[in-house]
Amino acid sequence: MYAFYFKSLIHSLPLFFKGLWITILVSGISLVAGTVLGIICGIFRTVKRWGLSRIMGAYADYMRGVPFLVHIFIIYFILPEVGIQLEPFPAAAIALTIYAGAYISEIVAAGILSVPRGQREAATAYGLNAFQQMRHIVFPQAFKVILPPLVGEYVLLIKDSSIVSVIGLTDVTRVGWLTVQRIPEGIMVFGLVGILYFVICYPLIHLSHILEKKVSYDAQ
Amino acid sequence: MLSHFNFRVILQYLPLFLKGLWATSWISAISIFFALLLGVLACSMRLSSTGFLKKTAGVYIESMRATPLLAQLYFFYFGLPTLHINLNEIQTGILALSLNSGAYIAEIVRAGIVSIPDGQTEAGTAYGLTYLQRMRYIILPQALGVTIPALLGQFIVLVKDSSLVSLISVLELTRAGQLMASERFMPTEGFFTVAAFYLVIYFVLKYLSTLWQNRLIYREP
Repeated sequence: MYAFYFKSLIHSLPLFFKGLWITILVSGISLVAGTVLGIICGIFRTVKRWGLSRIMGAYADYMRGVPFLVHIFIIYFILPEVGIQLEPFPAAAIALTIYAGAYISEIVAAGILSVPRGQREAATAYGLNAFQQMRHIVFPQAFKVILPPLVGEYVLLIKDSSIVSVIGLTDVTRVGWLTVQRIPEGIMVFGLVGILYFVICYPLIHLSHILEKKVSYDAQ
Repeated sequence: MLSHFNFRVILQYLPLFLKGLWATSWISAISIFFALLLGVLACSMRLSSTGFLKKTAGVYIESMRATPLLAQLYFFYFGLPTLHINLNEIQTGILALSLNSGAYIAEIVRAGIVSIPDGQTEAGTAYGLTYLQRMRYIILPQALGVTIPALLGQFIVLVKDSSLVSLISVLELTRAGQLMASERFMPTEGFFTVAAFYLVIYFVLKYLSTLWQNRLIYREP
């Protein structure tokens, strides 16, 4: 029986690769968009004017407090009530972007705050405006601190993308879920799903560790 | 959307939400307890000098951290029955949550232990303490103190992750919202109420974390 199930699992491998492609696509898009959103919100987080810091703090708190599953239900089932009907793929990408953006904004804000005040003061003395200061002085230095946790956050994003399978997007987790109805060998099927995620996430985790070591080495 | 927000239905479903809140709380509490045990165990295995223990812990930690919880949950939910291990949904959920969180806690505790200066271990050795005694009386009390905020952070993550057990039909907070949304066609009321309950848990835990951090800062001078 095992041999038979194994054979049919091999036959459905193309489906798994298709699912993997969807996973990569949806997390890739939200990774880029989430990073942009996170950097903007992270910079706003450090601005002490117009209540910007407060608003961004509330945004981050909301995303850190509410599970991603509930968040995606809100995007997918509540937005239609106000007339915004989304297909599963854009809904998933938007949900992941907003979610990752909050976490990335916290990372970026922490990185910016880690740059000593004197750097900004010196830049002001040189006559740079706020944008130039951020662009040429603060951000390049903050970037080194930001990078390792940012890569770690990407891993979390890819893993969280598995949850979008509940709104019917056929990512690799959903392919596993569909396959296990046909091939009732949970260990085999979800073992394969796990391996596919592992192949993407493990190198990234490793990269994050290497970057972390490099940063702490540079700091010494 | 908010102009016809139906509070009466929420009141009607309040008993279900409170039941779900209670289920979420105790499932998370039990899971964090087992996760702590597992985490400390895996961490001490990883820091030990025995190659086999070190590798086993490494494989456990890395495989848990590099795969999504949902896949792990389905792995146990669909996989254990084929091995003739029959757990109910709640037990499966607690198993997956504890194993998943245990790996993260192992890394948190390891960071705490590594942050303790080598001199402490050396002093312990000089006093003639064995490895276990050093861990129990010198290293772990200090390491856990430093890691409490990170552990509370992990607890917050665990509470959020516990929402996934609703997908294997355990009645907890998220499931209560889903039930209300599907029975009354009121996703707005259902899911916003669920989100509000999760936020309450989150702010309580965050407050505890801040309290502890203030205590640490206060005690330092």
